[in-house]
Amino acid sequence: MRLVLFLKDISKNDGEIVGGKGYALAVMANSGFRVPLACCITSEGYRRYLAATGLKPRILMELNRKDFTKMRWEEMWDASLRIRNLFIKTPIPGDLRNLLEASLKSELSGKPLVVRSSAPGEDSSHASFAGLHESFINIIGVDSILEHMKLVWASLWSDRALLYRQELGLDVEESSMAVVVQELMAGERSGVTFGRNPNDPSQVVIESVYGLNQGLVDGSIEPDRWLLDRRSGAIISHHSAQRGMTVGVDAEATRLEKLSAEKQSVPPLSEDEVAKVFRLALETEELFGSPQDVEWTFLGDELYVLQSRPITTLAEKNKGDKRAWYFTLRRSFDNLKALRNRVEGELIPAMEHEAKSYAQRNPAELTDAELANELAGRQQAHDKWVDIYWDEFIPLAHGIRLFGQVYNDTVRPDDPYEFMDLLGATEMASLERNRMLEDMAGMIRGDEDLAANLNDRNYPGPNHLLMEALESFVERFGDLSCSADLCTQGRDGILRLLLELSSRPAAKKRSGAKDLLALKESFLSNFEGEKRSRMEELLDLGRASYRLRDDDNIYLGMIQSQLRLAMEESKRRLTARGNLEVETLDPLEIIEALNDPHYAPKRVVAMPEKSVHFDIRPRQLVGQPASPGVVRASARVITEPSNLFDFKAGEILVCDAVDPNMTFVVPLAAGVVERRGGMLIHGAIIAREYGLPCVTGVPDASSLIHTGDELTVDGYLGIVIKHS
Amino acid sequence: MARITGSGSRRETLLSEETELEQLIRGLFESQKLAVLGTQNKGQPYANLVAFAANEDLKSLYFVTARATRKYANIEADARVTMLIDNRSNEDSDFSQAAAVTATGAAQEVMDANRDEVLANYLAKHPMLKDFVQSPSCALLQVKVETYYLVRRFQNVMELHVKQ
Repeated sequence: MRLVLFLKDISKNDGEIVGGKGYALAVMANSGFRVPLACCITSEGYRRYLAATGLKPRILMELNRKDFTKMRWEEMWDASLRIRNLFIKTPIPGDLRNLLEASLKSELSGKPLVVRSSAPGEDSSHASFAGLHESFINIIGVDSILEHMKLVWASLWSDRALLYRQELGLDVEESSMAVVVQELMAGERSGVTFGRNPNDPSQVVIESVYGLNQGLVDGSIEPDRWLLDRRSGAIISHHSAQRGMTVGVDAEATRLEKLSAEKQSVPPLSEDEVAKVFRLALETEELFGSPQDVEWTFLGDELYVLQSRPITTLAEKNKGDKRAWYFTLRRSFDNLKALRNRVEGELIPAMEHEAKSYAQRNPAELTDAELANELAGRQQAHDKWVDIYWDEFIPLAHGIRLFGQVYNDTVRPDDPYEFMDLLGATEMASLERNRMLEDMAGMIRGDEDLAANLNDRNYPGPNHLLMEALESFVERFGDLSCSADLCTQGRDGILRLLLELSSRPAAKKRSGAKDLLALKESFLSNFEGEKRSRMEELLDLGRASYRLRDDDNIYLGMIQSQLRLAMEESKRRLTARGNLEVETLDPLEIIEALNDPHYAPKRVVAMPEKSVHFDIRPRQLVGQPASPGVVRASARVITEPSNLFDFKAGEILVCDAVDPNMTFVVPLAAGVVERRGGMLIHGAIIAREYGLPCVTGVPDASSLIHTGDELTVDGYLGIVIKHS
Repeated sequence: MARITGSGSRRETLLSEETELEQLIRGLFESQKLAVLGTQNKGQPYANLVAFAANEDLKSLYFVTARATRKYANIEADARVTMLIDNRSNEDSDFSQAAAVTATGAAQEVMDANRDEVLANYLAKHPMLKDFVQSPSCALLQVKVETYYLVRRFQNVMELHVKQ
């Protein structure tokens, strides 16, 4: 039985069971390259674990909840998180564990180790993508090896791997994972070499940092970079980094440390050493027959190869392929801290400022040509902020995930989203908005005369407490409806909403301060000393990510509403012309039509035919469980902002995507259903705050469900049942 | 995020979904030979396997049974029946990958002029049952389907109500 193989015992036919990385290490070790002492836990281990624990059908179920083509990237995060938790929560069966423990006892015992993924097929050059699977550094003791081995196994189903499932040929029945357990080389200088520069095939690229490679690989430390001529080895250029930090290793973990002043002033490699690393690139290329992506480290003057694999790049199938971008989401703690400062300190204030400047121009007062110009400007600003949203705000959301992963690894909760409760104890703009609304509703709730007057649209004067509160509310959050062409109508809408709010008891937020303290302490109590304060920092970052994940929506909503105001004014004018199907025009066509009084549309929109034999109705729709609980109530489908003011207390909010401008009705809702999926989306976050059952990622939710439909929202199972 | 787009795309999704559902049911009917038939006797449900066939517009399902059977007696007493057709393979993957369609409707014996045509279609699918169906003691039954309930991916359920 070949469960654990040391490098020297791996032979030519073992590639499939030791995986690409393990096989390459064995080939190098057996060809005289200096590689760290290592063994491989073969894919047999993974298969036995799955067979003995019955995990395979559970992974199948998790991955087949929904059609992959209908899943958003956030839903893949979720699916992957749930699968990872399955591995964490499922112990290794006793006999398998005994076998592994016995086989791992060796000269590796007691040493700090690296536990790396080594997927079979990974390093055949068509499917070798860096960063798909996980690796762990500085692992000591057999228990810890086995725990991290499970995490490496789980990473076969990482969200990144799921994105590339087709290229990888991922298949629950067939795919497996081997694990390399390797002595940790606490090298003084480390780096990565590309045997062929992806941007210029005549060059070799060498990147190097002081300390371990980790900081280079995760992007938190800028490396020195040399470009060399592939044929002669001559240095073409040397880019000298702003050297400041290094990744070091202590008894417990790896960590960022300040680099000594002496080292800061000297490149990590001398020219001789660059030449040595260059020769290594050529030697590995000769050994494997193609240019290699090599990780290496200098221990003293000795150059060790840590891993080698064929160079591949993430192929972007087409311009809409966002997967390469998605890879950039995986950021280090320090990288995220810097991003947080930028988002909080620069981007959000800038967005707010821009929205306010648009708010000062009233579209109704512009000529057609001016309006066309204004619309184009707002559309452009909107698109710019949407891009920033993708490039900077969404990556920051990774802070939530980073924290969640640490939390789940440490606490091992039954609910893989328990950490969200800890993150939710923050101040979010949307909650503040709801609190102000609730305060105003409270004024009406206690005053029957006032309620009766408001019902008759008989509003009190501007000095009335309620109207004063309303003014400061509008000042702070805009007129909410955003669709109203005049602010007074927006205020009227808010007052109607307040009447509805006041007709029911005040909504309660679920999270109590006391529970949170206990939850926080039970998490932090797992750590001591410096590690504990690092965890506190991570929690703080997670909370900031969580809060900004919500707030960025609110601020982007302000930009969107300014665009919408200009758009609605434009549509109103074009509709008045009488010859245009305004709703079928896209923004560019609307701008063109505003500039051209004789504009005629160039295309005809055909109405699709319906099924001939059947009347098709959904019965049970599957999405993702986003907030626990079950409720049965009537649906209110929101397709445009004005629908919001018809919302009745106790209805289920159904929409395409919970827009930042919608969340004020959430305290009225009995449950939330959303087409957009994922646990980090706005609707899910708000629903969890109010303890409402929520299902997200329901395909076509807002077209399959109609207002008035009787629904059951099952937030445990992630399903929505439509009753007849 | 509320991006400003045209309104056509969602309708197309719905349409393709409709065609997809019909195709899926048609595929199930072509690939499967047996259906579970549910009848009842004074409130006691009774299930058994029958060899079935469907007609082109999917509005009727057919099966053949001896008149002396319990199912025939049940149907004589109450014509309301249900049929279940699925493509499970008794593997773990069934939970996520098998599809099942439940039909509800009323059964009646086919007596009229098109009996020969229906029978020919039925035998085209089940040639080995030739002697059985031609026995005078057997009845050819038609289930006029009112509703199909299609289950996929373990929990995803759509209803298809036959247009009259």
